[in-house]
Amino acid sequence: MTALNLATQNGLRPEAAEIATSPLAIRGLTVSYGEKPAIFSVDMTIRPGSMTAIIGPNGAGKSTLLKAALGIIRPLSGQTTVFGRPLDTQRARIAYVPQRASVDWDFPTTVLDVVLMGLYRELGLLRLVRSSHRKTAIDALQRVGMADFADRQIGQLSGGQQQRVFLARALAQGADLYLLDEPFAGVDAATEKAIIAVLKSLKAVGKTVVAVHHDLATVEQYFDHAFLINVRPVAEGTVAEAFTAESLQAAYGGRLATAQIDRLSQAG
Amino acid sequence: MLFEALTLQLGYNATLVAIGAMLLGISAGATGTFLFLRKRALVSDAISHATLPGIGLAFIVMVWLGMDGRSLPGLLIGSALSAWIGLLCVQWLTGGTRLSEDSAIGAVLSVFFGAGIVLLTVIQGMSAGRQAGLDSLLLGSTAGMLFSDAVLIAGGGALVLMLTLLLRRPMSLVAFDSDFAAASGLNVQRIDLATMGLVLAVTVVGLKIVGLILIVALLIIPPVTARFWTERTEHVWLIAGALGGASGYIGAAISASAPALPTGPIIVLVAFAFFAVSLLFSPARGVLSSVLRHRQYQRRVHLRQGLLALAQGQPIYEGYTLRLLQREGLARPDGVATGDGQARAAKALLDEKRWEILRGLQAHEATAARYDGLTGLETILTEDQLRDLDTRIAAPREIAP
Repeated sequence: MTALNLATQNGLRPEAAEIATSPLAIRGLTVSYGEKPAIFSVDMTIRPGSMTAIIGPNGAGKSTLLKAALGIIRPLSGQTTVFGRPLDTQRARIAYVPQRASVDWDFPTTVLDVVLMGLYRELGLLRLVRSSHRKTAIDALQRVGMADFADRQIGQLSGGQQQRVFLARALAQGADLYLLDEPFAGVDAATEKAIIAVLKSLKAVGKTVVAVHHDLATVEQYFDHAFLINVRPVAEGTVAEAFTAESLQAAYGGRLATAQIDRLSQAG
Repeated sequence: MLFEALTLQLGYNATLVAIGAMLLGISAGATGTFLFLRKRALVSDAISHATLPGIGLAFIVMVWLGMDGRSLPGLLIGSALSAWIGLLCVQWLTGGTRLSEDSAIGAVLSVFFGAGIVLLTVIQGMSAGRQAGLDSLLLGSTAGMLFSDAVLIAGGGALVLMLTLLLRRPMSLVAFDSDFAAASGLNVQRIDLATMGLVLAVTVVGLKIVGLILIVALLIIPPVTARFWTERTEHVWLIAGALGGASGYIGAAISASAPALPTGPIIVLVAFAFFAVSLLFSPARGVLSSVLRHRQYQRRVHLRQGLLALAQGQPIYEGYTLRLLQREGLARPDGVATGDGQARAAKALLDEKRWEILRGLQAHEATAARYDGLTGLETILTEDQLRDLDTRIAAPREIAP
């Protein structure tokens, strides 16, 4: 919070101060495929050290939000600041975990080589992969319980193992902000447990975690903040503030039965 | 004759061609690897066909300027320019319109090639064009190659190879996971354009030897072949480069060993021979080994089923199962188990029982995931663990024959 105090002392408006300290602040982000907006004028301010779930129905623009925030797809309008600075100056502090299904797992590469991709910014074009780099990668694999698989071809992994390798690649980056796109999609229960344990350990050392999440039943158990979206932003705040019957109704409309909404929001 | 050609004893020109073709093959194989991994192999076909109008125009311009229209550097510059325009057209059609990449490739390829053929026809009618021989650039021809041409091809090939090696890391990253690459701050579009630029350079450099129609084969066949032998990106481009180089060298030598054998097609056929051998005989991904693996697996399944049937005194209906059991000396022709067969059957049944118990136990979740109906538990668990399981088997362990 010292940074926040500092910012207010420097005469910034409270909102500007919030942006200056936020690991990921998005303003007026609009992305459109053709003439139909996928997300429309989204503001989102992630709190430092939080674990935030991005929640919304299918087609709500959750993945698009992450990709546009990172400049992977070009937004129509809007901007992103990371730790109060322009996105491109802060790339080294961001680790992104794409959807598992977005890559071809028959690609000729090994588990270790995939994790080493996380060190690309350090290795650049020509630097040789040294034993210290390998150690970083192996350590990351260890944290997700995949060290024994280092030399395997990635095509031999199960879905849950693939997801853990992706997470290990992000860990190897040693970032401060972790953005994950549906990390629990199609993984086994053991993997889900392993992943959430790693994410919580990141939070414990002050890192910030943002994940697109689709399982409403586990939101309260896994996350402390929530961001609800359905093309437009619906609610933002702590899980208690944002994950309410009204905002779920607003985000999901008729897609959730009232009884389901009651059950979910009462749980907390 | 072929031996002389392969050992570079067939004279100056043939030696020149063989070395040039080898360097071209190495750089085509290595560069093509990243095109192949990016799954955009066919873009190279559009690029190569789009060289033709540039060749024609370059010839006309050079004749206009009073130069020799057949000068290779001039033709290559012209072809590179028009191929670049063709590439930009493909990019624009794919990104800026609703056309998919394959349609864009089809459109650009045919229109540019058509325009090129029209230009060549026009050139045939020009007084300077009668002996132009530009159509030799379609399929490659090495007869009467100049030393300066060979130097140009070898130097160009070496330069492309160096650039490919320099950019291999970002190119593989983009090929595997372009979203992650973009999030890491890589400019994916620029890397893709660089890949295509290198492919374009290989195409242009290869015009004289392989020709524009077949260069795509030299870019794609070597990496596809290499993929049969390795699971690592680094090895794919190394092997692809080696195979491309070997194809170029051997192909050029063969074509030099007999009059009127076209160089480009022969090189491609040599590359295809490597491919065919790999397709059949690669131990990991080849057709033969996968058939054998499947057969062996089928055999193990039948044997196991047969043993379980013997153990439980059930009749065996399948001829193959029975034959297997007989061949292994486990059953007599009438389907009755031999002594050996009884022992093996009892063991199989015990193993099945152990698995059944284990798969119901939470503590053995990880082991249970390895159940395939064939693997013996004693190869996975320790003696103590097995004993523990056995105490849980309520049913009598002695199996009556």
